Amino acid sequence: MIDQLPALQVVVPLVCAAVCVLLRSAFAAWLLFTVAAVASLVTAVVLTVLVRDGETIGYDMGGWPAPVGIELVVDQANAVVLLLLGVIAVIVASYGRRSIEAEIRPRRVRMFYAALCMLLTGLMGIAVTGDAFNLFVFLEISSLSSYALIALGRRRRALLAAFQYLVIGTVGGTFLLIGVGLAFAVTGTLNMTDLADRLPALEGNRAVTGSVVFIFVGLAIKMAVFPLHAWLPGAYSEAPSVVSVVLAAVGTKVAIYAFARFAFTVFGIDVVFTDLPIGQAILVVGSLAMLAGAAVACFQQDFKRLLAWSSIGQVGMIVTGIGLATAGGVSAAYLHIINHAIIKGALFAAAGILLLNLGSTSLDSMAGLGRRMPLTFGAVVIGGLGLIGVPPTAGFASKWALAAALVEDDQWLILAILLASSLLAMVYVGRVIEVAWFRSPAGVDAAPSPAAEHAAAAANPGTVRVREGTPLLMAAPVALLAVASVYFGIDASLPSGLADGAARVLTGGGLP
Amino acid sequence: MIATHYTYWIIFALMMIGLYAVMSHGNLVKKLIGLNVFQVAVFMFFISLGRVDEGSPPIITEGIEVYSHPLPHVLILTAIVVGVATTSVGVALAIRIFEAYGTVEEDDALARDVAEEAAE
Amino acid sequence: MNPTLALPLAVLLPLAGVAGVVLCRRRPNTRDAISVVAGVALAAVLISLWPVALYGTQIELWTWLPGITLTLELEPLGLLFATVAGVLWPVTTVYSIGYMRANRERNQTRFYAFFALAIAAAQLIAMSGDLVTMFIGYEMLTLATWPLVAHQGTADARRGARTYLIILLTTSIGLLLPAIVWTGVLAGTTQFATGGVLVGQAGPVVLTLLYAMYLFGIGKVALMPFHRWLPAAMVAPTPVSALLHAVAVVKAGGFAVVKVTIYVFGLDNLADSGGADPMVWVAAITLLVAGAIAVTQDDLKARLAYSTISQLAYIALGAALVDPDAVLEGALHIATHAVGKITLFFCAGAIYVATGLTRVSQLDGLGPRMPFTFAAFTIASLSIIGLPPLAGTWDKLLLMEGAVNGGWTVLAGVLLVGTLLSIAYLLPVSIRAFLLPERAAVGAARDDPSGVPLPRTPIQEAPASVVVPLCLTALACIAMFFLEDGLIEPLARVLEGR
Repeated sequence: MIDQLPALQVVVPLVCAAVCVLLRSAFAAWLLFTVAAVASLVTAVVLTVLVRDGETIGYDMGGWPAPVGIELVVDQANAVVLLLLGVIAVIVASYGRRSIEAEIRPRRVRMFYAALCMLLTGLMGIAVTGDAFNLFVFLEISSLSSYALIALGRRRRALLAAFQYLVIGTVGGTFLLIGVGLAFAVTGTLNMTDLADRLPALEGNRAVTGSVVFIFVGLAIKMAVFPLHAWLPGAYSEAPSVVSVVLAAVGTKVAIYAFARFAFTVFGIDVVFTDLPIGQAILVVGSLAMLAGAAVACFQQDFKRLLAWSSIGQVGMIVTGIGLATAGGVSAAYLHIINHAIIKGALFAAAGILLLNLGSTSLDSMAGLGRRMPLTFGAVVIGGLGLIGVPPTAGFASKWALAAALVEDDQWLILAILLASSLLAMVYVGRVIEVAWFRSPAGVDAAPSPAAEHAAAAANPGTVRVREGTPLLMAAPVALLAVASVYFGIDASLPSGLADGAARVLTGGGLP
Repeated sequence: MIATHYTYWIIFALMMIGLYAVMSHGNLVKKLIGLNVFQVAVFMFFISLGRVDEGSPPIITEGIEVYSHPLPHVLILTAIVVGVATTSVGVALAIRIFEAYGTVEEDDALARDVAEEAAE
Repeated sequence: MNPTLALPLAVLLPLAGVAGVVLCRRRPNTRDAISVVAGVALAAVLISLWPVALYGTQIELWTWLPGITLTLELEPLGLLFATVAGVLWPVTTVYSIGYMRANRERNQTRFYAFFALAIAAAQLIAMSGDLVTMFIGYEMLTLATWPLVAHQGTADARRGARTYLIILLTTSIGLLLPAIVWTGVLAGTTQFATGGVLVGQAGPVVLTLLYAMYLFGIGKVALMPFHRWLPAAMVAPTPVSALLHAVAVVKAGGFAVVKVTIYVFGLDNLADSGGADPMVWVAAITLLVAGAIAVTQDDLKARLAYSTISQLAYIALGAALVDPDAVLEGALHIATHAVGKITLFFCAGAIYVATGLTRVSQLDGLGPRMPFTFAAFTIASLSIIGLPPLAGTWDKLLLMEGAVNGGWTVLAGVLLVGTLLSIAYLLPVSIRAFLLPERAAVGAARDDPSGVPLPRTPIQEAPASVVVPLCLTALACIAMFFLEDGLIEPLARVLEGR
């Protein structure tokens, strides 16, 4: 059984997706998704424990040994990603039940769960596969299901956002395919371990250079690194709340992992960071992303859109760590992958609760609600502080780690940019907190005003029901994420241990 | 160089044509067509990688030593499936957009959203 | 008390206070009693720690990131700051109960909860054994006091609170955080250590730069040009201005500066490299300019705020002179100025509660009507000016010695002018109150938040729970003159160990 775990990580959600389509009741579909999520989490936990001392678990799909068949590989670098996916899946399973009920038309609910299972399958697959082409396939599986999920957003603009994402995302996926093809052309293999063995001999080969560049650009689109970010704000802010949570928490992170995997283990630091200026390129775009994402977020009038732009900035932070290509930098990047998933998960989930109660996520509609919805806005405050990176939140730990890595590498300018972006984050988070806690509600009785209810119903008849109060199933995950983000700020040993392990595997060096 | 690698140049040209179509057109259907051209060019690139000089089709036959590489063909079979799926999702979205906005021109649809917002 | 138990307790007691206040939000009397009880308990714990302060207890909490262990540490300097904040907390709580109820303020639960949270943060700073723990406490203090500054919720209060937050966070994230990270990378540790951890790890240029980053980065010490947050914070209710912006927040800045100077840089190390010299000038200029601005302020709280900026510069100046006497002054000034300034703020609040007046020019002839309040104001003023037999005397003396020791004769002049300025901005209040004739239309300026006009009967003292605390702190100004030896002794031992 234990031997089969890497395969089960992918197969369970895949099978659940197929069964979901056949089911009649929405409740059964939810139950099945929950089973898939819990199974994923348990599998991920066991795998993480198994590889904790730096072991590598290989699995030959269908019994075909590695170079011929597809190999699944689990080590510390991806076990942490699997773990994160599992946690978010369980969170979403709890959170999603009522949220989906409120936002999705009843007859679409089971298909929605099926797509969600497929999304999970794809993301898990990207993380677990040891085959370059297989990675492309899983990337497309996750992308296709996310296009469909985003399109189910409550406003018609969600359709446009999904279409734009589809076009950009497909171009990105195809770029990845070209890159993989070029690597295949010169090595004759698609297995990552084999590629890693054969590529060093080809140093300087034009095809290898092309391959690196195409893979980097293709994945950069999926990561939403700054100049290639255009799809993200629309997709994140128009998608149903549940989908926003998943995409924001783990969607881009998996692509970042994939890039780190290609850069560090497949092509190797020498090819990507020494011979080619990919490292410098990442540092430049990462810095730009930190500034631009945070700056644009300051001017947003919609909470979800603000969070989406903030994500662009935070992704900049993560890739900057990768771009340093030092053990400290990669470790900081991983730490922020974990922490940012927790923080943004909490924030987008809180946004979903607002949508449920107010029928809107515009900042104006949140005026003065801090005291009426203390739990939700408490989570918003904690998450917001995490985005700024103030102690005692998890964001501080990752900011510290990245700052230390930058100082060690003498990157003073980027350090200044990192701090400047924190200050910009202070501005946009401060706006939200001020509106919620220190501005009086627009009407006498703001939550949920009949007018807002009416407007929401008119905008999308039949899909949105505005209700007072927050169901426990939705509140608990938000509270859990908020507590986790404070806990990991005070005692960061668990996430930093995981991040360190990952960095050790990828960069081949331990931390001091 | 050009003579020996002419297939690559043709494929490269096709890719650029497809990409240009994606970027230059506001019409969603034309975007999808461009996307398909782009993808198909990449598929052909993969298939051409499998060709081995003097190779015959990869079916084991007596007296033949050199075969084309079969793996790219198999991979592209998968990629084609992915491409078909993408196209169908894209077309479905385009239809829904047409139903919701009454247009498949991206700019028009965006303008209608803006107009609606201003009206509120 | 066993220090390994008492150290965490000092942080946990106010936190328990937060929980108690929130839980009892429906019963105001119980809620306020909880604040007082938590305060008294905290004060008792802190006082019981003095006999064992010199043993240097350290508690390692847990590893935060690889190579960084969060630590609590007991040493006299931190205990001094902790005691000042901890003892004055219950006194201020009694005062706030009178003040908040007399003014019918809203959101009192939020007020007391964040007040206790701010005290917990201050205790964490005081007991921190490493830079990261200190930074965590420092930021918590900023965040916990933000809702207090914005308490009124008016446009003015929100603007003030925004300035407050932006300046404090900008300096701490923009300068202090990189300074700490840099220190960690240079020294390989973020722990405080006797004699300094940066000794031999950095050249004079780096030391100078780093020291400037620390002193400006610790925005709570309000060195110009990062002082604007302090006047902005005066929109807060007076008890907040009293405890937080005369004691906990600003003294956290002063304390952090002294602590970093001694335990991160090391006095000898700084003196040899001259790394602190530029900051001497910054502190001296702040001292003079803020004093001059204070003279021009008519609003009593604004005048006190600029006076605080000027007085804080004494602490920074003491630290930057890196002479043992001067540093000792900096440490002592944390306590003496706290007691004096909190009295002044208490008096300002008492005047507001009793008459609704906020401007110095309106106070003519009020002395005989509010004898206790204005007597206390006069005593505290004299103490801050530095006249014997009052608390502020000793530290001014030590600073003078320190400046002359270090060959900074120019500074003797600066200090003289600073003292004259402090006479010019503090004494007119007492002079107007006691010596000028009373004005006719006093009391018209009352702006009651609830809009209900208060009775305009002849002016008399504010309620007892407002007046008693300010008398206590005024007496403390006198008592500390005689008890100062007890403070100087352990602190001097710390400095000897440099």
